[in-house]
Amino acid sequence: MSLLELKNISRQFGAIHAVEDVSFKIEPGEIVGLMGDNGAGKSTLVKMIAGNFPASSGKMIFDGQEVQFDQPSDARRAGIEIVYQDLALCDNLSAAANVFLGREIMRSVGPFKFLDHRKMRERAAELFRELQSETRPRDVVKRMSGGQRQAVAIARTRLADAKLVLMDEPTAAISVRQVAEVLALIKRLKERGVAVILISHRMPDVFGVCERIMVLRRGHLVANKLASTSSPEEITALIVGAKAAA
Amino acid sequence: MNKSPDASNLDSVFSLSERSKLGEVLRSQEFWIVVAVLIIGAVVGMIAPRFLTGANMANILQNFCFTALMAIGMTPVIMTGGIDISVGSTLGLTGVLLGLFCASGYPFPVVVALVLLVGAAVGAVNGALVSYMKLPPFIVTLGMMSLVRSQTLVVTNNQVVYDFGKAGDTLLALGSGSFLGVPNVLWAVIVSAVVMQWLLSMTKWGRYVRAIGGNENAARLSGIPVDRVKVSTYALLGAMTGMTAIFLVGWMGAATNALGQGQELQVIAATVIGGANLLGGFGTSFGAVIGSVLIEVIRNALLLAGVNPFWQGTFVGLFILFAVLLERFRSTRA
Repeated sequence: MSLLELKNISRQFGAIHAVEDVSFKIEPGEIVGLMGDNGAGKSTLVKMIAGNFPASSGKMIFDGQEVQFDQPSDARRAGIEIVYQDLALCDNLSAAANVFLGREIMRSVGPFKFLDHRKMRERAAELFRELQSETRPRDVVKRMSGGQRQAVAIARTRLADAKLVLMDEPTAAISVRQVAEVLALIKRLKERGVAVILISHRMPDVFGVCERIMVLRRGHLVANKLASTSSPEEITALIVGAKAAA
Repeated sequence: MNKSPDASNLDSVFSLSERSKLGEVLRSQEFWIVVAVLIIGAVVGMIAPRFLTGANMANILQNFCFTALMAIGMTPVIMTGGIDISVGSTLGLTGVLLGLFCASGYPFPVVVALVLLVGAAVGAVNGALVSYMKLPPFIVTLGMMSLVRSQTLVVTNNQVVYDFGKAGDTLLALGSGSFLGVPNVLWAVIVSAVVMQWLLSMTKWGRYVRAIGGNENAARLSGIPVDRVKVSTYALLGAMTGMTAIFLVGWMGAATNALGQGQELQVIAATVIGGANLLGGFGTSFGAVIGSVLIEVIRNALLLAGVNPFWQGTFVGLFILFAVLLERFRSTRA
């Protein structure tokens, strides 16, 4: 059974067809690259999956059930987490505080409840260990490298025990060395049985970690094929329209 | 460098001590302001020996409290990236209402509750306009500053309130009394500072206040009730301003409608000198207290050293600039 299935999903904004008649399946633990030029509909598609806005038409099946997410928290409850491009972290807080933001572990003494700093640090350390990232729970995010910030954002999804993680350009603004770190993090999610949809412009990253690649052009899904049967040249041709479909 | 770290390697990273306690103290703004207060005290003590007498110390410890109470309340507002310049006016309104409520014969506990409620209500209106209507806090509270000050004149008809009726005895006793040799208002500062710091560092509310100041958008995406938390900070500041009015009027024995005029600047200055960042995200209640002490020490020291009091603002201003520079220096170095 597929983890996520989209059937004939479309979305219009006024007269503009941002996404048209898109259908695909994502299997559990699968890493799928979603590629396309600016304005091809990648963001719109991902935002529909994450519950930012509904589809104009079509069906979405997640984990065996037809779903309709009215807001991001619905999607999150179902097990879909999104790692935003700007990462949505609080620079002034520690790594552990960011991982647990909005989901703090509390300790109660009598009628009072307060933050259980120690437990959150320990749990955060476990998550970073699992992700094999050199990120210390107490360190302030402001002083972290791009790779460590990704680790914090990804640890947030692990905390929720997400089944599907949507990643929006996670390697866009970081150094080459850190890209390798982030790709390793993505593989680590797969080892845990988490499926990942990776939105990226960077061909080497997509071919480095993704098993399957989907290409959107002007709202249409023009390709959905195994990475092993394709090549960066073919994908580039599909993105720009030199090749109609594959 | 680039090899993927194995488990034992990670253990060594995790066990590296993250900044020593001493280093943390040396890096804090509060520490350097304490140092500044001590240096000023030592220098002024040599020029004007009267500065270091017990009587003068008691004087300083009484005077700084009113600014400190409000600065403690201002801290979470500034930490969310907000500001409230209407607190001086709110102090005036709650002060005269306190007098009027007492005079109309309500029992003292009822008067206290009403005054805190009025303060909280003014704050809540500020907070609601800032968070739900998305208006800039400076403009909202500028409007409120004018509105509330004018209402203070309206309700008193420009008369000084000094006849407090029966509840007045309790009010004056509270304002000028002391417990275990420490003035009541100083107790209020100590308790408020401890409770506020506890709220800021040990509760979800405090964590959210910090998070909103750090990245409001991230806070929202994490499901934090950003608007409600912001309103609560302004309402809490309003209530603490009402509490300040009770101690201040009880101490002075009269409520004039100019009460608190210009005090908002001292309160904000104290908070900022103590390390709160106007861009949000940082601040402690201890910083607010020590910032208030510094301002009062400057005022007192200049008087005793025989410096023309017109110079006061220059020194306070220099310290604000110094504090901001110190903060910039710390954050780029850290």
